[in-house]
Amino acid sequence: MNDRLSAQYWLHEKELTAYSSESVRDRRRSAMERFEAVGFPTVRDEDWKYSSLKPVLAPHYGLRPPCAPLEDEHLEYKDIKRFLVNELDSYRVVFLNGRYSSWLSDTTHRGFDVCTLSAAWKKYPETIDRYFAQLTEKLGPLAQLNTALAWDGLYVVVPDNVVVDRPIQVLSFTTGTEPRATQIRNLVVLGVNAQAEIIERHQSLTDHPTWTNAVDEAYLAAGAQLRWVKLQHDGPEASLTQHTRIQQARDSRAQVNTISTGGRFIRNNLDFLLQEPGADARMLGLTLAKGKQLVDHHTLVDHQAAHCTSHENYKGIYDDGAKGVFNGRIYVHEDAQKTDAYQQNANLVLHERAEVNTKPQLEIFADDVKCSHGCTVGQLDEDALFYLRARGIKEPEARALLMLAFAEDALAGIDHPSLNAKLHKLIAGKLGVDLTLDL
Amino acid sequence: MLEIKNLHASIGDKEILRGVNLSVKPGEVHAIMGPNGSGKSTLSSVIAGREDYEVTSGDILWDGQSILELAPEERAHLGLFLSFQYPVEIPGVSVSNFVKTALNAVRTARGEEPLDASAMLKKMREALQLLEMDKGFLSRSLNEGFSGGEKKRNEIFQMAMLEPRLAILDETDSGLDIDALRIVAQGVNGLRSPKASFVVITHYQRLLDYIVPDVVHVLYKGRIVKTGDKTLAQDLEVRGYDWIKKEVE
Repeated sequence: MNDRLSAQYWLHEKELTAYSSESVRDRRRSAMERFEAVGFPTVRDEDWKYSSLKPVLAPHYGLRPPCAPLEDEHLEYKDIKRFLVNELDSYRVVFLNGRYSSWLSDTTHRGFDVCTLSAAWKKYPETIDRYFAQLTEKLGPLAQLNTALAWDGLYVVVPDNVVVDRPIQVLSFTTGTEPRATQIRNLVVLGVNAQAEIIERHQSLTDHPTWTNAVDEAYLAAGAQLRWVKLQHDGPEASLTQHTRIQQARDSRAQVNTISTGGRFIRNNLDFLLQEPGADARMLGLTLAKGKQLVDHHTLVDHQAAHCTSHENYKGIYDDGAKGVFNGRIYVHEDAQKTDAYQQNANLVLHERAEVNTKPQLEIFADDVKCSHGCTVGQLDEDALFYLRARGIKEPEARALLMLAFAEDALAGIDHPSLNAKLHKLIAGKLGVDLTLDL
Repeated sequence: MLEIKNLHASIGDKEILRGVNLSVKPGEVHAIMGPNGSGKSTLSSVIAGREDYEVTSGDILWDGQSILELAPEERAHLGLFLSFQYPVEIPGVSVSNFVKTALNAVRTARGEEPLDASAMLKKMREALQLLEMDKGFLSRSLNEGFSGGEKKRNEIFQMAMLEPRLAILDETDSGLDIDALRIVAQGVNGLRSPKASFVVITHYQRLLDYIVPDVVHVLYKGRIVKTGDKTLAQDLEVRGYDWIKKEVE
């Protein structure tokens, strides 16, 4: 696999970098060299201790030239309708097997750009030169692989003082008659006081194994606001590895909601780089895993400047033989006085074979800070269960109700009623009950 | 309607109920009093079907049928209600949604149609009024941050919504000031009818000034050791439990 991937780069470097500056080409090239030097992470790497990539890498993935256009693949709106939040008036950027599907998309260049990276290479080489792979140089091999090979993904650039008027739904579908590996690269640049909201979903439409390796870079200028909902509800043969890195200037706000309910293997890295005073980062996560699912969250809040705030709340419910990992790192630099950082990770483990490994990792080098963290691993509260049942609510519903209640605050900050309703429905479905509760 | 026969129950190796006999007819109010640790709360939990307790012998009959094998929710569907001594806080679930879910679960189990939204709201309003509660209460998270009095009122509110045939009030008076006590009692009295029965479990007599019982039992060391009318409760208030203990031992 390593050699095939590396061959992909060297054979296609010319096309991959056709419109790019030398600097961008060098970034891609060194990324490939870094990947080649270390290869895929293994459980011997501290960061991958509990999450073996072996099953993800086992299938023989068909690899197509990274810049090749779509072949005969085709999707109709009816095929993707159920994966959209339909009631939401939104921009839509749809990818099919890693390539932009203009047919299903609704992009814009009016006042701001909501389009694709594949178009931006040629159209906006200066912006690409300024932002592409500037946050990812030091990341692990998967991100390097993506930096080298990525061709398409979401491209959002919003000028100063502009608010993107509708949420942006970005959907990446995988189809085909063989295992397929896809690179997706999303770039988001928000100017001073600009605002945008993204709803992202990766969805396999095939029974064959799929693996999506995605990297997101987001740059928030002073006062910018970004909201990003990651809905990870993929099929049982789908794997996702994704590294999201958000750089924040003065008084900017970023909120990322990660809802991980489906997929065989999910590894999320989510990093916030708080570079100037007043930046605020919020991350909320909800994981519902059962069967043989593995969901691994690695988060980093890098408090580089004083007076920044971060709030992190991850909830997980693990059943059957599911496995969870939460590694929450908060790094407070020496100069980052008056940092206010909060981290919470609470887990329900419903089955003796299910497991969750949770590790808060606080590294604090400033002396005047407020940092609090807590993690819990427990079972459903039997007293509460009896209370509900004694009121006539059947056991499965009572359990589901308690789980929904447990999960509720990890869905905070999602303001669209239609998205909220969709999430609740999806979660109730996952819990195996038909609950129409608007909690 | 409820008949308890020689009921023995234990938790782990410890036998807590050692042969309880009790018969409650429709429309009756029974009070069960007794010193701490006599088994009062165990009795209410066992009747409601809590699985932590093992019934080692005896039976609990509902309309002549044993309910020992029934799940807690199935007992609730028959019309049994337990007002908890310590209602559980469930953040994230609002009072109104909880009550809606519970009432419709009970109705569905009985083969009745779920109540529509307006009928539900009307019923909730009436129940709120009975308990002198504010409408804002409905949207609060179930028992979360409730005062002791609010928790108990919430229990009686749920009882008013579910209209049980037999309600067990487990130490509903504990932690209540006199005003809350009056309101809770008013709620219970408002639900009294020739068809509804109540078992009021209490340590003190004062609740029984407001909810006047037909029969008073004293539970001691897992057995009902004395049964009388409401004057028994008054005796206990004056004389305490020591004379009963002496009589028994």
